[in-house]
Amino acid sequence: MTMKFTKDHEWLRIEGDAATVGITDHAQNALGDVVFVDLPEPGREVQAGEAIAVVESVKAASDVYAPITGKIVEVNAALVDNPGLVNQAPTGEGWFFRIAPEGELPDDLMDADAYASHVESLA
Amino acid sequence: MADEVLLETPLAGLHRELGGRMVPFAGYSMPVQYPAGIMAEHLHCRAHAALFDVSHMGQAELVGEGAAAALERLTPAEVQALKPGRQRYGLLLNERGGIVDDFMVANLGDRLFLVANASRKHVDFPLIESVLPAGVRLRPLPERALLALQGPAVASIIPTEMGFMGISAMEIAGIPVITSRSGYTGEDGLEISVAADKAEALARHLLSLPGVMPAGLGARDSLRLEAGLCLYGNDLDENTNPVEAALVWSMGKRRRMAWDFAGAEPVREALDNGPKRLRVGIRPEGRQPARAHTAIESGGATVGEVTSGGFGPSVGAPVAMGYVRRDLAADGTPLELRVRDKALPARVAPTPFQPHRYAR
Repeated sequence: MTMKFTKDHEWLRIEGDAATVGITDHAQNALGDVVFVDLPEPGREVQAGEAIAVVESVKAASDVYAPITGKIVEVNAALVDNPGLVNQAPTGEGWFFRIAPEGELPDDLMDADAYASHVESLA
Repeated sequence: MADEVLLETPLAGLHRELGGRMVPFAGYSMPVQYPAGIMAEHLHCRAHAALFDVSHMGQAELVGEGAAAALERLTPAEVQALKPGRQRYGLLLNERGGIVDDFMVANLGDRLFLVANASRKHVDFPLIESVLPAGVRLRPLPERALLALQGPAVASIIPTEMGFMGISAMEIAGIPVITSRSGYTGEDGLEISVAADKAEALARHLLSLPGVMPAGLGARDSLRLEAGLCLYGNDLDENTNPVEAALVWSMGKRRRMAWDFAGAEPVREALDNGPKRLRVGIRPEGRQPARAHTAIESGGATVGEVTSGGFGPSVGAPVAMGYVRRDLAADGTPLELRVRDKALPARVAPTPFQPHRYAR
């Protein structure tokens, strides 16, 4: 499936029975050098819009939200020792967690063009 | 404050050209970082040299017979015995012994030269004027910019005879400046006062020197935190006295005999009986930073608050400072930091976190 985006600058990609989630290049650039990531416990049931992870840069801390409702099935343990992956490869090796969706996906997820317009509108 | 028009420094155009990310700070639009990022700017300053625009800070001259004695009415720093060509760190106090600001005072021979915090200059200057006798005059210098060139490479790219906290008039690239060997990073370096209309030319010259890169307020903050240096508004305020702030060293010996400054009695009382709380360095365990206003706990009770905290790029770990109950201020004392409703283990730690490397 193609990548979808949220207004909170997260991306998700449905792969198999779960969605992989991370923050966008725009988000990592705004945050600056990431020094710490706090990830949710695997198995946790999460609601769309719920703050479930934290990303901290040298300067600031920011919440990461569950973009969809479901269950956390996997987290990216590599971020614990190497949080800089979020800056280096935000949509690749810098992913945060995987969620097995429950029910319908939210209808306000954006495609790449709509997200680009959203970012443009904030400038 | 949202509608407030932000002031710009004389380097605003240069910041834009260099890709600075501008943020509001103390009423000014200032670069928090350049494209290299806070981490790279911080590490470059420790390894080579970094140029900071600190023109938002308040510069002023105090002129006239008795200027030093007049300033001493508001500060416990030794000003009268400050030799020509020397600079010193001091605190302005209110009648309750609270810290109105921290500042630098220098003896330029025929006058005193002051540098105050941007966020406090509008408070400091009227306060100083209010105690001046006839014949002593405070002259704010809004027509001057201030650049900080910091890092171990500075001594070789701009050689100087001055030692740490020396100050003198000189020329750099033909531009007249007043330069002190001091800074806010824990590194050797210079703070350079220059006429506003020459500031950009000077900055461009300094950036052209080998090993110099521009750095923003973000790196300035992480550098000063690693160096254990206080930030007014975070670590110091009008309800904090010099004893609890662990800044008694900034009070002159003679001043501690005479007790002839604003707030002398409350400060003396805190010194004699011990303060209720003390500013300490704090090292959180693990990698998660604890930011300002994080509650500090011990045995389930709140015993203080973090006043500055973040990730120390040179330390490679989170660092913080804050105030704790005096009986918990010894190095190594275990504490818990309440971060996002979890107790983060931490210990009281000596500062600076990163050893100072001032010229001696």
